[in-house]
Amino acid sequence: MFAAIRALFADRGVLEVETPVLSRHATTDPALASLRLATADPAPTSGLYLQTSPEFPMKRLLAAGCGPIYQICKVFRDDERGRRHHPEFTLLEWYRPGFTLQALMLEVADVVRTALQRPELEVEFVRYRDLFRGALQVDPWEATPEALRAVALAVPVPGSEHLQLDRDGWLDLLMSQCLEPGLGRERLTFVHDYPPSQAALARLRQDEVPVAERFELYLQGMELANGFHELSDAAEQRRRFEQDLATRRERGQPEVPMDVELLAALAAGLPDSAGVALGLDRLLMLAVGAGHIDEVMAFPVERA
Amino acid sequence: MASYKTNEFKGGLKIMLDGDPYSIVENEFVKPGKGQAFNRVRVKNLKTGRVVERTFKSGDSVEAADVHDTELQYLYNDGELWHFMDTDTFEQLTADANAVGEAAKWIKEQDICGVTLYNGQPLSVEAPNFVVLAITDTDPGLKGDTSGGGGKPATLETGAVVNVPLFVQIGELIKVDTRSGSYVSRAKEE
Repeated sequence: MFAAIRALFADRGVLEVETPVLSRHATTDPALASLRLATADPAPTSGLYLQTSPEFPMKRLLAAGCGPIYQICKVFRDDERGRRHHPEFTLLEWYRPGFTLQALMLEVADVVRTALQRPELEVEFVRYRDLFRGALQVDPWEATPEALRAVALAVPVPGSEHLQLDRDGWLDLLMSQCLEPGLGRERLTFVHDYPPSQAALARLRQDEVPVAERFELYLQGMELANGFHELSDAAEQRRRFEQDLATRRERGQPEVPMDVELLAALAAGLPDSAGVALGLDRLLMLAVGAGHIDEVMAFPVERA
Repeated sequence: MASYKTNEFKGGLKIMLDGDPYSIVENEFVKPGKGQAFNRVRVKNLKTGRVVERTFKSGDSVEAADVHDTELQYLYNDGELWHFMDTDTFEQLTADANAVGEAAKWIKEQDICGVTLYNGQPLSVEAPNFVVLAITDTDPGLKGDTSGGGGKPATLETGAVVNVPLFVQIGELIKVDTRSGSYVSRAKEE
């Protein structure tokens, strides 16, 4: 699978790169928990964070004018363990200067078809808003948290009467419990144009409603990839980092140092780019028909 | 009171929900790529045996249930309650019909039973996997039939009724698998 992916990118003139796994900075995203090294203090590695994705250093390379790049690397996320989650896993991440979100989605489809050796897989696009309106008769842009809660109770998502969630929390619940399992039945389903509150590092665009230029790819009910039309505005990026850190403070989560190197790179100028991260362990699960991520790992974390 | 965070969830963990003790049957971690993680669990109510699903926000805490398993010796039934004894401490505990449940059909004096205690009181009782009991009533079989083909009901000393081969007679001891309620073999006095 790795060989097929590397051959595809070599063909298309995308350069393979490596960036550090360790960083002085960490993702501010409240939904991601970074692992931190506990080496003795004066050591040069003391307190460094393990990457949750190679996004920030790869964007610094983009800003330096490297052109299209890809990377296959290990990433680490604390507190994630389940049938489809393992705290250490492998990402394929790539960036395409000059690509629209649409062009990148088509390339993602090519990569998945190649890696799975399933050239016949068809592609389907569905907007996040249409997905919710069609399947749950609720508009994620208009609905209040109470209305979303009522949808969860009506489905029903068991135990939802006990949950205390904000608006995005309810959307995540409905997405992961009700909608995801039906996405990507024998086809590549791209969900795109997310609510602005779930933009992460994507650009916003004014459509009939403001949308985040972000997509997720699903195949057989499994989320495989997340892509953005990349935010390149340093001031907006700093504002999102600070908002994340405020949320972390509210929730009592560890406050982490925001990546000021990324902000400097954005200020210097990031070429208009689209980028995506694709989970290779999950892709391998689909390739071999595995029901648990442990089946595609040499040694799961409990035996590492 | 002790509590568990969702990342400690695993099968067999005992937790309190809505005032009742539950045991986790299955725990599934669900997380969208960028967003809130959830633990979707199947839990069994230890009082009623009913299995239900619940969804938790990952990171939330749930109160631990003071539930543990032990072995007690069954002493006697006083007509209403079943009396058990801890053979180490000689402490005696009583269990009601609700807690004893199906086990009542199989246990007799001095059997060692698995007992689940909740706040120190018996919550459920499990009969030993195999018990040896005497047959108190059954139809006499056809003479000379030793093949065991077919079967007939037999009432045991505890009142339980099991299907036995035709050659087994009143007064004989038989070994029964209490999990399936089925005849295993004839047995000798232990």
